[in-house]
Amino acid sequence: MTINLEIPKKFGMLINQAQQVSTEIFRPISRKYDQAEHEYPKELDMLAALIDGMNASGETSTGARGVRRDSSDKDKSNKNGTNMSGTLSIIEACWGDVAMVLSMPRQGLGNAAIASVANDEQLARFDKLWASMAITEPGFGSDSAEVTTTAVKDGDDYILNGEKIFVTAGGRSDAVVVWATLDKSLGRAAIKSFVVEKGTPGMVVERLEHKLGIRASDTATIRFTDCRVPAANLMGSPEIETELGFGGVMQTFDNTRPLVAGMAVGCARAALDEISTLLAEAGVEVDYDRPAHTQHAAAAEYLKMEADWEAAFLLTMEATWMADNNKPNSLQASMSKAKAGRVGVEITLKCVELAGAYGYSENSLLEKWSRDSKILDIFEGTQQIQQLIVARRLLNKSSSDLK
Amino acid sequence: MAARKGSTSANRGRDVMGVGLAALNKLAGASVIDRLKLRKPSERAVYEASKAGFRAAGAANRRFASIAKRGSAERPGRSSEPELFDLTPSDEQKMIVEATSDFAKEQLRPAASAADSACEAPETILKRSIAELGVTQLGVPESLGGMASERSTTTGVLVAEALAHGDMGLAVACLAPAAVSNALVLFGNADQQATYLPSFVGDDVPAAALTVLEPHVLFDPFALKTTARRSGDGYVIDGVKSLVPRAATAELFVVGASLEGVPTLFLVESGSAGITVESEPAMGIRAASTARLILDGVKVPAGAVLGDADAYAEAIRLGRLGWAALACGTGKAVLDYVIPYVNERQAFGEPISNRQAVAFMVANIGIELEGARLVTLRAAARAEQGKTFARETALARRLTSEYGMQIGSSGVQLLGGHGYVKEHPVERWYRDLRACGVMEGVILV
Repeated sequence: MTINLEIPKKFGMLINQAQQVSTEIFRPISRKYDQAEHEYPKELDMLAALIDGMNASGETSTGARGVRRDSSDKDKSNKNGTNMSGTLSIIEACWGDVAMVLSMPRQGLGNAAIASVANDEQLARFDKLWASMAITEPGFGSDSAEVTTTAVKDGDDYILNGEKIFVTAGGRSDAVVVWATLDKSLGRAAIKSFVVEKGTPGMVVERLEHKLGIRASDTATIRFTDCRVPAANLMGSPEIETELGFGGVMQTFDNTRPLVAGMAVGCARAALDEISTLLAEAGVEVDYDRPAHTQHAAAAEYLKMEADWEAAFLLTMEATWMADNNKPNSLQASMSKAKAGRVGVEITLKCVELAGAYGYSENSLLEKWSRDSKILDIFEGTQQIQQLIVARRLLNKSSSDLK
Repeated sequence: MAARKGSTSANRGRDVMGVGLAALNKLAGASVIDRLKLRKPSERAVYEASKAGFRAAGAANRRFASIAKRGSAERPGRSSEPELFDLTPSDEQKMIVEATSDFAKEQLRPAASAADSACEAPETILKRSIAELGVTQLGVPESLGGMASERSTTTGVLVAEALAHGDMGLAVACLAPAAVSNALVLFGNADQQATYLPSFVGDDVPAAALTVLEPHVLFDPFALKTTARRSGDGYVIDGVKSLVPRAATAELFVVGASLEGVPTLFLVESGSAGITVESEPAMGIRAASTARLILDGVKVPAGAVLGDADAYAEAIRLGRLGWAALACGTGKAVLDYVIPYVNERQAFGEPISNRQAVAFMVANIGIELEGARLVTLRAAARAEQGKTFARETALARRLTSEYGMQIGSSGVQLLGGHGYVKEHPVERWYRDLRACGVMEGVILV
């Protein structure tokens, strides 16, 4: 037990691999697929195979699938495990391109959901699938208790009906983790998640969205019409346990929010690194010892951005560290997502401003990063939802008191 | 030609009305009030107690004499680099933090308001911080009579944080001598350690202060106006140091001065000729009895140079870390205070914390405080591992300066009018938190 906030050396190789992928694969094709929206970056297939190989090795993880918690582990010694390594790898990969990371086969947020709440049998069965996440509906966004997609038990199956929007990688993935209610009148406790594989009759990808950013990632609308799903594909308990409330499905977020925070951290780092180079070329050097107010205004601005970045990065590390050590981390997960989400947007936009016309033009990736980063303050819980969660935790308030 | 200002404050020349107002103000301020004996006795008492007009020579200092000559200076060992990311303090740190937190809660918090008004820390508290917590011994190696087994900047940060949760002004008063003892441990040569350190690990620890700050705008600790020039066997120091804690009673100063353009620390005993202490009460940290230290041709011996330019830079960084830690402690005090307040305070028929506008302010206090604290801890951990920590320190300072102040402001705002009056401590925390980002030196973790 010694306070230490350095990244453990054992993750060095993993980080280096992710940096190589970012630099050699993502960056060179980043602009191409930003302009060719809805065209699948076929370069990713080869990469996915490579990553599957990397994931096969124990303690480290390259991303979304590393978030499973081992609650049976009685060893109380300090651990830096797959939550941390997975997020570190996501940070480095998103330094390359956020949209590519979101399009990585078998690295979807649905995979993180499966890793978080599936039982061992399901985990093995869905292991090879690329899964996306379907929560949002046309009628609701943040208020996920308002799920209207229904699941009705019929023999050994459930019949799903409803429409899901904003499904990241929904067009390309092999399966979708769908949130549906068993009984709308019973509220949150009746909401369950189902793994629905592509090709299941009654499941139709209706359209793909045109977006502000993350254009290399497809965002789909999927309709379920009398879609028959095996009961074994329901994750968690099939019982409606009102006393447990929303716990089951919401648990996913404790693991996925630090991942999304990591995406914002990686994207913002890309902008900081770029502006640092550009400022140096313009003759502006940042001095960490001299007071900011005695330096060039751009250097002072850089110091502010880097300070916010560092806070976001360490809050993200804290949330993953707690997950790796089986500590409840809802508060820290939301803190990391709130801080990283907002500073990710602030930093990338400020870097465009500092770089001027060059930063605003498509000659630079700065403008792209400032479009990409905005989604990271929205999906997996908006800035405002994170603040609500943090406030409820700190103030010890229920969702009915603090709406 | 000066640039034309856009605001209405541009070119505020005095016109006829202004001349009249100025004359009236002069009259009201002095003669009328005094002639009619309207100045309240109580106001006078406060004025005296705060020593606002105090100006005197430096306190007489004890004779610091080398007890035993040593071959070489002692330094605490560098802590080994852990293999894993870990936010859990060691068992020893937990014990120290627990004792310090108890002290802050039972001793500092109840005395804070009066000490703020009096511009003075109670003697009993200063003594107990030495006797019970050993603040001047925490950073001193066992071989020099202290309690440290190895270099622990994080322990210093955790202690400063815990003390400031009680009260920042009193924390600064308690920690001021520790900055000097820590500087001697980290940068002192064998002679300096043998001469001065025994006083800091004994029963009768002197007041002492490390000072670099100067009273001019855009102050840069790496471009000091205070100078030291070689003269005979020693040096002559000239300049003004600002916001020096407990300067009137301090027996030993560590003073930053530019020696041939290189910022350098000097040991200056308070009884030296040419030293004047002039009280300088500030917006906050008033319990630290801040004062100006005026050095007018102060002669110090050749052995007064404490470390080199690298040591100076390290002292500046470790000071900034200390202030970041203090901001985290006071920031946490704000958070802990506003939570029950907004939960109990009713408006429009329910607790005000049921409103997002209020609740989100509390959430942001929590988020920014945690972020700033982690960055501060990372810098401290790097320092004790012997890694570079200038970058992390600059970031911690930036965060605590901006968000520390924002937290102080939110604290007052959340209590509304009640936050503005002295019945609640948040107005004091608002004043104290502005020190972070302004102060340099004084603390050394």
